[in-house]
Amino acid sequence: MKNCVEIRWHGRGGQGAKTAALLLADVAFKTGMYVQGFPEYGPERMGAPITAYNRISPHEIRVHSNIYEPDFVVVVDESLLDAIDVTEGLNPDGAILINTTKTKEEIEKCLNGYTGKVYTIDARKVSVACLGKYFPNTPMLAGIVKVSEVMDWDSFLSEMEASFKHKFSSKPEVIEGNMNALKMAYSEVK
Amino acid sequence: MARKDRLSGNEAVAEALRQINPDVMAAFPITPSTEIPQYFSKLVANGQVDSEFIPVESEHSAMSAVIGSQSAGARSVTATSSAGLALMWEELYLAASNRLPCVLTLVNRALSGPININCDHSDSMGARDAGWIQIYAENNQEVYDNLVMAYRIGEHKDVMLPVMICQDGFITSHAVENIELLEDKKVKDFVGEYEPENYLLNPECSMAVGPYSVSNYYFEAKRAQAEALKNAKQVTLDVAKEFAQISGREYGLFEEYKMDDAELAVVIIGSAAGTTKDAVDELRAQGKKVGLIKIRLFRPFPASEIAEALKGVKAVALMDRTESYNDNCGPIGAEVTTALYRAKSDCLSVNYVYGLGGRDVRVKDMIGIFNELEKIAESGEVTDPYRYMGVRE
Repeated sequence: MKNCVEIRWHGRGGQGAKTAALLLADVAFKTGMYVQGFPEYGPERMGAPITAYNRISPHEIRVHSNIYEPDFVVVVDESLLDAIDVTEGLNPDGAILINTTKTKEEIEKCLNGYTGKVYTIDARKVSVACLGKYFPNTPMLAGIVKVSEVMDWDSFLSEMEASFKHKFSSKPEVIEGNMNALKMAYSEVK
Repeated sequence: MARKDRLSGNEAVAEALRQINPDVMAAFPITPSTEIPQYFSKLVANGQVDSEFIPVESEHSAMSAVIGSQSAGARSVTATSSAGLALMWEELYLAASNRLPCVLTLVNRALSGPININCDHSDSMGARDAGWIQIYAENNQEVYDNLVMAYRIGEHKDVMLPVMICQDGFITSHAVENIELLEDKKVKDFVGEYEPENYLLNPECSMAVGPYSVSNYYFEAKRAQAEALKNAKQVTLDVAKEFAQISGREYGLFEEYKMDDAELAVVIIGSAAGTTKDAVDELRAQGKKVGLIKIRLFRPFPASEIAEALKGVKAVALMDRTESYNDNCGPIGAEVTTALYRAKSDCLSVNYVYGLGGRDVRVKDMIGIFNELEKIAESGEVTDPYRYMGVRE
């Protein structure tokens, strides 16, 4: 593993991209890493494009800038592909994960000639199947952990379970659905 | 045992406040410091602190309530940003001149206009001459540590002044990072009980707070206030020394990073210092003798100490995250250049304005600054001493 893994999230306000970035920081922290999870704030409103970032490193992180040359990019909303150059600065040795129903071949055409690895996942399908509603951030979180290999999958699952148990202590019935969403997402990444 | 955790800067402030358990918080919400009173009011509601939370209708009232409660003998705190600090303007002077050691946790944000919610230092730098002690943080760990030390500094009998604990809006306030927290009991014992010499609600010894002062007395009051602020320098060092014993983390008036043999240096405040450290390491790997001074205590200003630390440096960049609108220099530019002049230093100085309204500061930007310093050191000349970094022209 290289020194510091940098991840950039693209989503729309209300989809939970910031929450997902903070959750990833949380779970990486629990596996003993140094972490940063932070959003880039603009005029916030539902549906507006938002960016969030993660740095995950075995060493102390001192830099406090945004991320311009990420190792990985997560696109939570594929409609952003028309509006934003999501692959800008993306490491060709890294990868991009996109929430879409399109095939990899179809989606590659929208990526401005990015030569690195492209992964897709239908987060809506996963979320609706496991949670009955559309919360794309849980499947996307599982997807990026699989794609980036930033931490061991089994430790990710057990830390997420502990985290859900804490977060949803007043409604334990949703824990199983969220855990299933993580597991299903793992096999749905293409 | 110390607890390893991951918190945002605002969460770190709330956690320190929970452990300090002040008597009163009065606050009005403003981005990006809103979370501080939000988290704290939850602690109050849950009974995790026994503080009185006063939700007021403006920052003017927040600072007024803090002044009132602190005068009455209660350890008090508020939190704000940007325009909120501006609305406290008159009260900032009142808190300082009435020698009330309250604490303000400031989350630095640009002052209008155009309206902007992101980080620069125009709010606190505008208030730099209000008589407050100002301490700045690079990251969430430092803002937590500074807050734990704040009351000890302000309440010291040689000081008795309010303390502003500053951190960078969003950049640290909303970024989750690793942090090491102290045990509750350690913080409680370290901060101690607030025992003011005298206070409004003391029936044994009645006093007046904020009376009119005629010309025959006013100047002496201000002179005493200036002396108290001067004393804060030594007290800050003494408190830091004691803090190192419970935390293992050492703090000075400023941090010197790779300054021992440095020929080119940057003087900076806040989160961009961490980014600059990465730039220093990159250039050091190329054999360049570069270093960094990160100012922690800005008021009172450690002038002679910084001049001493810059001995042997050929060229220094003084980085101001605020525009002073004087076509001459920013606050750090003015302070450090004066310090160098008085020390009869031949170090060449150049002053940069950077990062206004949240303009991002990257490692490569700071490498660019060191490259410019190299040219200045080689030519021995500073052609334009007041410059800008990262602005489109």
